[in-house]
Amino acid sequence: MRIKSFLREILAVFSIAALSCVGVANAETKVGFVYVGPIGDHGWTYRHNVGRLAVEKALGTQIKTTFVESVKEGPDSERVIRQLASTGHKVIYTTSFGFMNPTLKVAKKFPNVRFEHATGYKQSKNVGTYSARFYEGRYIAGVIAGKVSKTNKIGYVASFPIPEVVRGINAFLLGARSVNPEMIISVVWVNSWYDPGKEGDAAKALIDQGADIISQHTDSPAPLQVAENRGVKGFGQASDMIKFAPKAQLSAIVNNWDNYYVERTKAAIDGSWKSQDVWYGLKEGMVKMAPYTNMSDDVQALAKKTEEAIRSGALHPFSGPIKDQTGKIVVEAGKVADAGMLLGMNFYVEGVQGSLPK
Amino acid sequence: MDLLPVALTIITASTPLLLAATGELVTEKAGVLNLGVEGMMLVGAIAAFAAAVSTGSGLIAILVGAFSGVAVAAIFAVLTLTCLANQVATGLALTIFGVGLSALVGSNFVGISLEPLPQLNIGVLSTIPILGDLLFGHDVLVYLSFIMILLVGYFLSKTRSGLILRAVGESHDSAHALGYSVLTVRYLAVLFGGFMSGLAGSYLSLVYTPLWAENMTAGRGWIALALVVFGTWRAGRIAFGAYLFGAITILQLHVQGWGINIASQFMTMLPYLATVVVLVFISSDKMKIRINAPQSIGKVFYPPR
Repeated sequence: MRIKSFLREILAVFSIAALSCVGVANAETKVGFVYVGPIGDHGWTYRHNVGRLAVEKALGTQIKTTFVESVKEGPDSERVIRQLASTGHKVIYTTSFGFMNPTLKVAKKFPNVRFEHATGYKQSKNVGTYSARFYEGRYIAGVIAGKVSKTNKIGYVASFPIPEVVRGINAFLLGARSVNPEMIISVVWVNSWYDPGKEGDAAKALIDQGADIISQHTDSPAPLQVAENRGVKGFGQASDMIKFAPKAQLSAIVNNWDNYYVERTKAAIDGSWKSQDVWYGLKEGMVKMAPYTNMSDDVQALAKKTEEAIRSGALHPFSGPIKDQTGKIVVEAGKVADAGMLLGMNFYVEGVQGSLPK
Repeated sequence: MDLLPVALTIITASTPLLLAATGELVTEKAGVLNLGVEGMMLVGAIAAFAAAVSTGSGLIAILVGAFSGVAVAAIFAVLTLTCLANQVATGLALTIFGVGLSALVGSNFVGISLEPLPQLNIGVLSTIPILGDLLFGHDVLVYLSFIMILLVGYFLSKTRSGLILRAVGESHDSAHALGYSVLTVRYLAVLFGGFMSGLAGSYLSLVYTPLWAENMTAGRGWIALALVVFGTWRAGRIAFGAYLFGAITILQLHVQGWGINIASQFMTMLPYLATVVVLVFISSDKMKIRINAPQSIGKVFYPPR
């Protein structure tokens, strides 16, 4: 379906051109957002767009925002980013991992434009990076699952075997095993970020194999909806999905970019902006937990306690001893996993079923 | 492990493919290649979802979904049959149009959840153990997909009207010379294709995953198109292909869940690969393909003035 995205790009470029003709006000700073998915995905891109709206609300007439959705990762995105940069946008947020190199390339040519790239690891003088410690939320979800599950089996619908996703699976199981050492996780890879039908099918398969907790690292609410229809429990992903599963959602890990976007846009306006690399979590409010629902008061209290412990720094989800699948100790007792291990995580912890696709 | 729920999941995964492929079979047998299945499905999906949300009635939702598919197909019919536009290009444009239109209309329906269509139990039959659940415990669209492919198979091979439709698809000039209205037949066939695609879309947004999400068909329209070709335009083989594809799609997820060590990327590829290989194998007789493939497919009919 190359033609579809091609046409979307043409449309995107035209819409940028059109927007740049309209908004030639003098004082306002133009802020651009590049999204990998549709703003209606109700997950990843949806939350970035909520962040954009927060910037509009906080800074009002000082700024003007533009967004381009469903931009394909890779060379195509470079064109979109360059368009934004050359049409007077002073801050540009590129919100997917695959926009990393295009962002850096365009940034070199536009030294006066500030770039913010989500989930990347390369910075430069005018490119900052930011990401969130979603694994902290996964750990709490795991603790809840360990208490709620009766079959001791978690079904995990996963997208692609990259460190971010593997880290989430491991954090989830470590949380679950901290309260119930019998817990195991079955993982099904759907090799897509977004295919509601397939995500739902994967959840059905996992439930049929005895999982009574569903968690997913894909972008649609379909797995949670299946959990609702099959009478098991699950978690929302990226945004609060309680509307899709009023009886099944235990909580949701909510991505919250609002404050970061407002702060960084302000900094760019008043000139204090500097390139940085941030990885914020519960403490800074970039990761939030949706209300704890459909569980007993004890479990709810435990979840809140865990959340508080992570926020205060008293608890690190990846605290030793941690064993990998072969039983080898990878993090010793009394230590926590270092940043290198967290960022490049390429092994399953003990208790995850199957082997990690290479 | 209990096999029954697996079988039920396979049925839900196969039904949208079967519905859309049934419609496309009739369209292609009349000599028209409509590549806009994906677009018609998406429009059907959002229309059915919107209707279900605002009326609360499953029946109305299905009808609205199906006739929205017909409306989109009508655009295609006017462009290709009356205005004589190229069918391939128009079909592709129709898909892009459907993606955009459904996203536009759907922006108001993001984040709304729906009760799935109820099971339609058929009297005592549904109470038979296992068999009752397997065959007689579905929603109305699953039954419809069975009925439609049977009817279409019968219509094409055993009825006089089916013969006329095939004649139009084989050689529109000869059919015209015999006095049949090529345009009328093709209009009806294209609209029927839109109707079935609309039903397939309704199935996705009402039953399969009862929610609206942009581009939720995720390529199923293209698979339906491929099934028609690989099923060599034979109703039975198309049904077989749809179920084979659905079965492998679901079983590969189970294999992963059991922790069997096969690359997940390979498993994702498997439904496509297996379906193509099997259908190529069962239709390896080139002569038979030539007999079944409509000879005028994709060709523009210039009515003699």
